[in-house]
Amino acid sequence: MTAAVRLRGLDKRFPRVHALRGIDLDIEQGEFFALLGPNGAGKTTLISILAGLTRASAGTAQVMGFDVVKDYREARARLGVVPQELVYDPFFTVRETLRFQSGYFGIRHNDDWIDELLANLGLADKADTYTRRLSGGMKRRVLVAQALVHKPPVIVLDEPTAGVDVELRQSLWAFIRRFNQAGHTVILTTHYLEEAEALCGRVAMLKEGRLIALDRTENLLRAGAERRLVLELEPARLPDDLLPRLTGRDRARFVLDLPDYSELEPILSSLREAGIAVRDMEVGQADLEEVFLKLMRAGPGSVP
Amino acid sequence: MSVGFRTLLYKEILRFWKVLVQTVGAPVLTALLYLLIFSHVLEAHVQVYPGVRYTAFLMPGLILMSVLQNAFANSSSSLIQSKVSGNIVFILLPPISHMEFFLAYLFAALVRGFTVGLGVLLVGLFFADLEMAHPPWILAFGLASGAVFSCVGIMAGIWANQYDNLAAVQNFVIMPLTFLSGVFYSVHSLSPFWQTISHFNPVFYMIDGFRYGFFGQGDVDPWLGLAVVVPCALVLSALTWMMLRSGYKLRH
Repeated sequence: MTAAVRLRGLDKRFPRVHALRGIDLDIEQGEFFALLGPNGAGKTTLISILAGLTRASAGTAQVMGFDVVKDYREARARLGVVPQELVYDPFFTVRETLRFQSGYFGIRHNDDWIDELLANLGLADKADTYTRRLSGGMKRRVLVAQALVHKPPVIVLDEPTAGVDVELRQSLWAFIRRFNQAGHTVILTTHYLEEAEALCGRVAMLKEGRLIALDRTENLLRAGAERRLVLELEPARLPDDLLPRLTGRDRARFVLDLPDYSELEPILSSLREAGIAVRDMEVGQADLEEVFLKLMRAGPGSVP
Repeated sequence: MSVGFRTLLYKEILRFWKVLVQTVGAPVLTALLYLLIFSHVLEAHVQVYPGVRYTAFLMPGLILMSVLQNAFANSSSSLIQSKVSGNIVFILLPPISHMEFFLAYLFAALVRGFTVGLGVLLVGLFFADLEMAHPPWILAFGLASGAVFSCVGIMAGIWANQYDNLAAVQNFVIMPLTFLSGVFYSVHSLSPFWQTISHFNPVFYMIDGFRYGFFGQGDVDPWLGLAVVVPCALVLSALTWMMLRSGYKLRH
């Protein structure tokens, strides 16, 4: 099967920045894929090249098998992009904006689908409102609708939930998830790592223009960070035999290393023997944020 | 014509149509003021062509000047607004070809220019009767000249980084070229030196040929004018299309 997105040796130099340094990446059809990285890692540059807004210095990018430069019309017809910037055209209403966007993609009489998009994005009562009168969150939703007017097989969302309230975030993701379940490939960049963790099957992490991690989300979680045990103790001290496990302490709260659950029982019995009571206990699971921070601290190229 | 092209053209026309007072009303009023003041001052003193009142002589020049300035204004201001506000991505993301992009902005600018030109003509008819000796010449020079300024507008809009850049083009290129082209006078009234200079201004041929269509007389042969203006329009169209194809300042 043709890859939804295929990047080969993708390289981009701006006058002062080497934004992408030879990216090779395949994203398969139907994936829910996250592209993570700190500001300036090259995420938006990568997406811009895919969308034809930026031209690569070297290498190639394909969308559904179509080269984004040579077959730009075929590639663009198969791609829907929600840009990061909150842009809108103040001259037009929401419905006009969506009708125009449909027309640009060669679709006439798209009102049934436009109405469905508006309903799903909570914009039904704003159809005839000028986009300049909408709140930031609503402008964002119009951008999502614009990216979906032509039901693209590949949907790219660049920081789609920045500045969007929690309730909308939930409904937006529910809607995008339905697209994904219907077979559309979804690629997102986000600063909210818990979103990527909850939604995405596979994660790529970018740092200084290089791909430093690429794996299924659960593998990254497993490999990336150890489990840890947080205990609140009375009295606030630790028996000597547990001291090597100590990784952090905040007054009566002790953070211990816990590579495996089987080591939980010996720790507790050691505390019992020392006459130390456990007031509170919490087993911390590794989350994507920890993995992310750990990888970002490590040198470039250290793929786990 | 493709749906994408038609949609973009329609959007571009609707854009200025929604603010008609600004985009058509204001330039018609400006032209009307020129007409009132210049005809008041000069009507009794100047007769450029035998049997043609100065007010009538002035009108074709004013009409075409309005067409040209507004064709330029339409494409350039639309593009700079889209660039500054960022909504240019709405037309950069879809599969619109470079030629469709070019033609949509060109035709929309012509529609705006001709709408204003027609407005000036209608208002002007209250002040002077205007014959139309050769309508095909009027149309030919109107279209070719309008196309030249539409193209300049597209290129300026893409080149400009902010409104100031565009105002500079407007004030230092467009205004001098149109004002010194013989809109208000016949170049025959100038000294030989300035006559020669005027013949290097392509806008002179546009105005002169356009006026020939009304009165059947002009400063130069209209065929010579056409031989200057049409190649200008073709060369600028090609340059504009190449600029769009290169992605200059649009796709980095």
